[in-house]
Amino acid sequence: MQASTSLAEKSLPAAVPATSRRRRAAGAGGTAGLKRAHYRNSRLPLLLLLPQLLILLLFFFIPAVRALVQAFVITDPFGNSVQFVWFDNFRALLASPEYRDSIWVTVWFTLTQNVLTIGVAGLLAFATDRVIRGRGLYRSVVLLPYAIAPVIAGILWAFLFNAHVGPLAYVLKALGIAWDPSLSGFDAFMLVTVAAAWKHICYDYIFLVAALLAVPPSLLEAAAVDGAGPGLRFYKIALPMIGPTVFFLVVMNFVYGFFETFAIVDAVTRGGPGGATMILVYKVYQDGFVHIDLGSSAAQSVLLMIFAVALTLLQFRYVERNVNYDV
Amino acid sequence: MIERTRGLDIACHGVLILGGLLVCVPIYFAFVVGSHTVGDVLAVPPPWLPGREFFENARTAWTKGNLGRLLFNSLVVAVGITVGKIAVSLLSAFAISYFRFRFRMVAFWLIFASLMLPVEVRILPTYEAVANVALPLQWALDALDVGRWIGALTGRTVEIGLEWNMMNSYSGLILPLIASATATFLFRQFFLTVPEELCEAARIDGASPLRFFWHVLLPLSVSNMVALSIILFLYGWNQYLWPLLFTTDKDMATAVIGLKHLIPQSDSEPAWNVAMNAALLVMLPPALVVVALQRWLVKGLVDSGK
Repeated sequence: MQASTSLAEKSLPAAVPATSRRRRAAGAGGTAGLKRAHYRNSRLPLLLLLPQLLILLLFFFIPAVRALVQAFVITDPFGNSVQFVWFDNFRALLASPEYRDSIWVTVWFTLTQNVLTIGVAGLLAFATDRVIRGRGLYRSVVLLPYAIAPVIAGILWAFLFNAHVGPLAYVLKALGIAWDPSLSGFDAFMLVTVAAAWKHICYDYIFLVAALLAVPPSLLEAAAVDGAGPGLRFYKIALPMIGPTVFFLVVMNFVYGFFETFAIVDAVTRGGPGGATMILVYKVYQDGFVHIDLGSSAAQSVLLMIFAVALTLLQFRYVERNVNYDV
Repeated sequence: MIERTRGLDIACHGVLILGGLLVCVPIYFAFVVGSHTVGDVLAVPPPWLPGREFFENARTAWTKGNLGRLLFNSLVVAVGITVGKIAVSLLSAFAISYFRFRFRMVAFWLIFASLMLPVEVRILPTYEAVANVALPLQWALDALDVGRWIGALTGRTVEIGLEWNMMNSYSGLILPLIASATATFLFRQFFLTVPEELCEAARIDGASPLRFFWHVLLPLSVSNMVALSIILFLYGWNQYLWPLLFTTDKDMATAVIGLKHLIPQSDSEPAWNVAMNAALLVMLPPALVVVALQRWLVKGLVDSGK
């Protein structure tokens, strides 16, 4: 029943739920998201907003604008003369083979991590939805990595895969697979990817379990009466209904892969060996903080900001969808 | 349960047990290694069962990593960030959803825009901002040439140098992180579901906005605050890049940063047993929080994703 109404809403704008229609109509007048019963007071709200806006100004907006400015200038090492060079920093950056390599590493890393995370989380969520006995216990165990800092996840896996002392590396060697993340780029890449995915599976899992729980049982029962088995029901009913959640999670996984895996790389591989794990965020830090190449680092920051803006807008689309479809 | 599917149910349990193993194996081996001597760790094949040196290693890790001090720092920072974020975003959400004023939408979009600027993309300029928080004020003074004005008035040459360095301080570790678009939106979404009648009734009874906030809205928000504070505590405890940049003094680092210095970087001094023991110690507080308050954590996560 619910599925058919949400389909109707998609095709007929008139059938959008009253709340969102009201909100959109009010958007033009500047009262979007305002309570009907509200206060008209001009000083108090500004005072209430002051702490947040002050922090944003000092630590978010001014630094962002400075990064933007720095990306278009060249400063000499002593900071005395500043020269405006238009897009030279960007041109140099995109021409440098290290940066291109870093882009590819980031692309492969975020994609592999995304597929691993969502795949394993989806499998576990589907299984959790099916079982009755022990559900709480399974859930607690799978949730555990949520408590663990990315850097600790990195350390745990770095040990397991350490060529000299790691138990998993020992098993791999016993199976005849040469393995050393401190020498082989591919091994290091796999190590970082597995650690990143391991840490993040729990996040996707929580959302997928919640989304599967929200699928109306009446729909599933109706399909079962019509002879659809558990697999078919998952594909034909549950999956389309949790679609927006999956979309949201993919975006969140990209955010995580792009930005929050900094700690894993810093603690485990430092971008090495030979740049095999040099993700973009780590390169900004390396070039800006270790090599003090301000112009290049600022240009990299700006490119990353563009990524971040794109990801945020995608995330916002999810929020909008959620309002319309009420999934 | 709709139908009986014995095979599928067993397969599901199998998948979940495998998933559980995937989570537990790294933690188990951390425990195994953390309870052996260095010699045992280096043995081939590596030890598969826990040894007896756990507390000895814990003692070494505690002193070598200065963990007493660092765990205290982590606690202060995590609690500070949690309380700060919740306070700041409650106030902002209240202002945005309960007041009509001229810059309401501007404020809303400014807060929203901050989502697009994670620390990682503005590392260097933010570092400068924390190294001297008064820098923007200095620019203003320079631009207005305040120094010369005062000089002209008093007849002396005056140079105004403002400096407020937040490096290596709790305020530097906490303050810049307490702005939160996510938390603000969470509370705003919640306020939108609060019945209009409550505010109307409060106004008829002559309650001031702040009184309404304190006595009506705040008590209603408690469950949201609890759910969110768990996420924020974990976020604060597990911070990495921020303390890495802004603590040069070893006594002001957090436990997570201290841990990084314990990892063996070369094969000459492979003290993995101490490092893994310390890792267990550092992840213990947040792990306890997750296990004990799981239901709230799930609620908070799912709510803040909306």
